[in-house]
Amino acid sequence: MKAKAADFLILDKETGAYKIDPEQAVRDDVEKHYWHHVLLTVAKDWRLYLMLVPMILVFLFWRYFPMYELLGCFKVSDNVLPVSEQLFSGFSYFKRLLFAGDGLSTDFWRALRNTFLLSFYGLCFGFPIPIILALFFNEVRSNIARSVFQVLTYLPKFMSTVVMASLVTMLVKQGSLTTEMGIVSRFLAGLGLISRDVANAGLLNNPAFFRSIYQISGIWEGAGYDSIVFFAAIIAISPTSYEAAQIDGADKMAQMRYVVLPSILSTIVIMLITRIGNLLNVGYEKVLLLYNTKTYMTADVVSTFAHRNGMQSGGGTGIAAAAEMMNNVIGMLLVIGANKIAKTASNTSLY
Amino acid sequence: MKRKLEISELIFKILSYTMLTVFALCCLYPFVYAVAASISGRSAVEYGSVVLFPKDIQFDAFKRMFSDNMFWNSYSNTLFLTLFGTIWSMVVAILGAYALSKKRLLFRTFFNFFLVFTMWFSAGIVPQYLNYLATKDVFNAMGIVDDKWLVVIAMGMAAMNIILLRNAFEGVPSEIEEAAIVDGATEMQVLRQVYLPMSKSTIATVALFFGISRWNGYFWARQMISNQNEHPLQVFIRLRLEQFTDPETMAGWNESYASDSVIYALIICSIVPILVIYPFIQKYFAKGVNVGGVKE
Repeated sequence: MKAKAADFLILDKETGAYKIDPEQAVRDDVEKHYWHHVLLTVAKDWRLYLMLVPMILVFLFWRYFPMYELLGCFKVSDNVLPVSEQLFSGFSYFKRLLFAGDGLSTDFWRALRNTFLLSFYGLCFGFPIPIILALFFNEVRSNIARSVFQVLTYLPKFMSTVVMASLVTMLVKQGSLTTEMGIVSRFLAGLGLISRDVANAGLLNNPAFFRSIYQISGIWEGAGYDSIVFFAAIIAISPTSYEAAQIDGADKMAQMRYVVLPSILSTIVIMLITRIGNLLNVGYEKVLLLYNTKTYMTADVVSTFAHRNGMQSGGGTGIAAAAEMMNNVIGMLLVIGANKIAKTASNTSLY
Repeated sequence: MKRKLEISELIFKILSYTMLTVFALCCLYPFVYAVAASISGRSAVEYGSVVLFPKDIQFDAFKRMFSDNMFWNSYSNTLFLTLFGTIWSMVVAILGAYALSKKRLLFRTFFNFFLVFTMWFSAGIVPQYLNYLATKDVFNAMGIVDDKWLVVIAMGMAAMNIILLRNAFEGVPSEIEEAAIVDGATEMQVLRQVYLPMSKSTIATVALFFGISRWNGYFWARQMISNQNEHPLQVFIRLRLEQFTDPETMAGWNESYASDSVIYALIICSIVPILVIYPFIQKYFAKGVNVGGVKE
């Protein structure tokens, strides 16, 4: 950008003549020798920039270099050569996964569908429950009772995925001639919700039950913890709002409808948009721990598909990288789109 | 009119207490059952007569586990990973967040984007795996053959935690920092004596998040640690579960306790440390889910 002459010259009141503006001269110098000034600033303030270095290195090495490895999806499948030495092969893996019509391709479509469905059901069932829990928490006036409820319902969140998956595996495990089936299976069979034979064969071996088990264990694990943010929004409502509504003759339902709901709506919208943005981020660790060959039909998600093909045996790292590339690009578009919507809807940017 | 109000509120109150009690009990029950099943006798567990209270109490399942060297090994490995992993992550995150919180930092927008982009787009597990393998080679070439250090240094960093810290640091009034600088404090002193004490609760929250994720870490530890003696507890639990739920290995089981009891005992041992510190850390949880504070 070229500075106009008028920017340089200021009127000197005492002599009545124009002279060069010293500040503008500095600005002009900075513009001309930009990198020189950057270097000077960094050198003068080097301690601050040194603090940034470990973080940059960690993210560069273990977050950005994998993205370079991801480019393997455009290369010839060769697990021996590093990505940089492979030949560029364009979109062959993508074509293979999307249109080949063989076993691998059907598996990929199934994985994509399962990924979407697991998240979508999570959104339908997992999302409203924390809100309802928060409403219930608000009804508990005694501090001791409320903290007891909160301690108990937050607890499963801090168990590891392995502990959670192990408990689930044990609680719904199959029965045999000498051993009884898991206690939850027995409970469900006793209630008549599922037949005894089905329960005895092991619910985790039955593709029809995988999604329910995944969602219910997810609610068990996270609903209490997820309710914190809604509860915080609800207790922020001023008691006078309730009193005003009561004077107007509003019963509990009307208070919910006209006082509570409008007050926490923005929180709900933000959380909902975040969930939609993360629609393709299924916790692969949990799926990996809970699924087996018998339940691939409903349980296999893109990450586990990639895991099997890229890290165990199967299609190879190129195929796996192509599958993850598609999943992650769609996921990123969803996140960015969701963030855009959040910005326009509530003037709150999530990131 | 007044009467009708009270009834609707009473009904909702009763409903709330009932539903919360049911849900809280559902949350608690699996753990109670695990305790009961781990100390019950073999036939009681296998024929499913344990429901809430233990029957034919035995402690042999626990004894078997405590006499297992692999168990203690994995426990100490987990302690190692949690301690050093949390320290490493905290040092990197605090330094980075402090620099990012400074308005005078050049290219601040770029560095923020650098961080936030990793939340939008992740390479996925297979590219990460290939990358870790390459890192492992580099580490080995440098003479670090212990895979635990790879897990400590390379894994467990989360952009979200750095952003939480950065927002806390941005909330520290700049007058205090200026006063410290006038008194001749260096950058490190400002960070240590002004910023850290003033954002204690956020630091506790983030340390808690790092610590819990390290303690619970499973997948990458299993993928990257090849030496069995270096496996952390979570990997050990999983391997035992796979072994003990396999009908073929279990065919010759002739102990006085059920094989399930050992798994339950393991699960209990792995969650006891969390339960012990849980009451002290519980008040910090809510901070981390504060969505409104997250902005670019």
